[in-house]
Amino acid sequence: MIQKIVSKNFDIADSHTLKVAQANGRYTSLDTLFSMSAKEVVNEVGKSGLRGKGGGGASAGDKWNLIPNPSDKPTYLIINADESEPGTFKDRQILEFDPHLLIEGIICSSYAINAHHAYIYIRGEYVFWAKRMQEAIDEAYAAGILGAKILDHDYALDITLHRGAGAYICGEKTALLESLEGKRGHPRLKPKGKEPEWFYGCPAVVNNVETIASVPYIIKEGYEAYRAFGTKQSPGTMLFGMSGHVEHPGIYEIPFGVGMLDFINQVGKGVKDGRKLKAIIPGGSSCAVLRGDEIEDITLDYESLKQHGSSLGTGGMILMDDTVFMPSVVKNLFEFYHHESCGQCTPCREGVGWSDKLMGKILDGHGTKKDLDTLISLSDVLNGKTICVFAPSVAFIIDSYISKFKDEFYSLVK
Amino acid sequence: MNFEFNEENEKKFNNLLKRYPNKNSLTLPALWMIQYQEGWISQDAMQYLAKRLELSPMDIYSIASFYTMFHLEPVGKYNIQICKTLSCMLRGSENIKHIIENKLGIKAGETTKDMKFTITEVECLGSCGTAPCICINDDYVQNLDEQKVHEILDNLTHEETPK
Repeated sequence: MIQKIVSKNFDIADSHTLKVAQANGRYTSLDTLFSMSAKEVVNEVGKSGLRGKGGGGASAGDKWNLIPNPSDKPTYLIINADESEPGTFKDRQILEFDPHLLIEGIICSSYAINAHHAYIYIRGEYVFWAKRMQEAIDEAYAAGILGAKILDHDYALDITLHRGAGAYICGEKTALLESLEGKRGHPRLKPKGKEPEWFYGCPAVVNNVETIASVPYIIKEGYEAYRAFGTKQSPGTMLFGMSGHVEHPGIYEIPFGVGMLDFINQVGKGVKDGRKLKAIIPGGSSCAVLRGDEIEDITLDYESLKQHGSSLGTGGMILMDDTVFMPSVVKNLFEFYHHESCGQCTPCREGVGWSDKLMGKILDGHGTKKDLDTLISLSDVLNGKTICVFAPSVAFIIDSYISKFKDEFYSLVK
Repeated sequence: MNFEFNEENEKKFNNLLKRYPNKNSLTLPALWMIQYQEGWISQDAMQYLAKRLELSPMDIYSIASFYTMFHLEPVGKYNIQICKTLSCMLRGSENIKHIIENKLGIKAGETTKDMKFTITEVECLGSCGTAPCICINDDYVQNLDEQKVHEILDNLTHEETPK
């Protein structure tokens, strides 16, 4: 079941150092890379079907194709290392155990979009991981892998690491760009048509760490080798996480299409202490919750989870056993979203706070049926009326938990 | 004005100027430099930074107050951040919080009178697979249980020559 492409070097001692990384295949895709034109690289990645692994799942090749070529302005590659979706802790494994794989991926991807400066925006809490990444960048500069001539090829690239400072919303790509431009992390309005992202008015691509770390394999082995894993619409592999009530929490790389239950039982060794699985969040807290009895037919790919009324998200599953009281879970999630709303859009700023307060009142035993009805109606206030998808995530929480665990919520109100 | 960058930060600041297309991008890195230099970010420091970046002090305040990791008030020598989000909650973070509060005699959000400890409850530290997790200043302590929390706090409390 385990299929190591991105995680191949994770278990090797000192895999984060350049010496060990190079001894284990890092930077070997670059010869192939520089024998190709930029356009060929974009096509190769497009044909591999590589999808963004930060939660959205959009085609990486399509995104790269939006960059004007040729462009009269500089182009930038920006790596989203701001993972902070509750349940998600996969990118930190790459940053910790194989930072040179990320650098190699950045070189391939920057070359493809003709960028000469890439920024890694890393969440503020990841101090250890930022240091480790910076050490790898410094090593790469010293070895001539970064800088004016990449391994003597006629191509220049700089990488700058940029630390966030504890704002969940900065993982949203346009908020990330605002933050990188030195502003509050407020998401931008989405354009009507398809266009690249913009960094100081210059075209930019924002990709997640794991997405970029998947690129060297595709370049070296070819798109067909990558497509040999996974399903037709969700090709390749992904780093899936398990946390909460599971015997062996952790991050494991598997091809898309594996049965969710098989993954939990075989790799995660089942629910903690042999208890019954009550509920599962499939890929970070903003995915709709699933009941334990709903997951039998689910396979781990974008399509299957969508069919079952949820989403694959970041692949970070949170398991909950039969001791868990769902209104407490919802309160916990509301506190998170209340705290992390950027405050730009009124429905979100007010609505999430209101939801949190109502849920607190209900949980304390002071709530009425009307309060619960108000909470349910807030879902409509939050969904589709704001600039980004933060508020709709809260709407999904309201809808899915209350409809699936109705009795527990109604038992609390008079 | 009572703040200016020390020599090391001055050097860092000037190096970073070359790495961005616009110096506005230095706001976050520079706020981090201030916080590491002083332990927190004072109004004087914000005014100083505003001048350096040719922004208004209110611009800097607006940004500094948006990001939760910037301290706009002094904090204790050890800032204990307890992750309370779902995966940590399911693995017992509430209990960890009570132990820490009882031992230090303060509640989350407070600082001890001797300015040695601050307790902060934070949202997701991204340590879900090794929950429950706390972060003391910059260092994560993962897979916590009661015994481990007692040991860590005892060590910090009895530390005779603070580093």
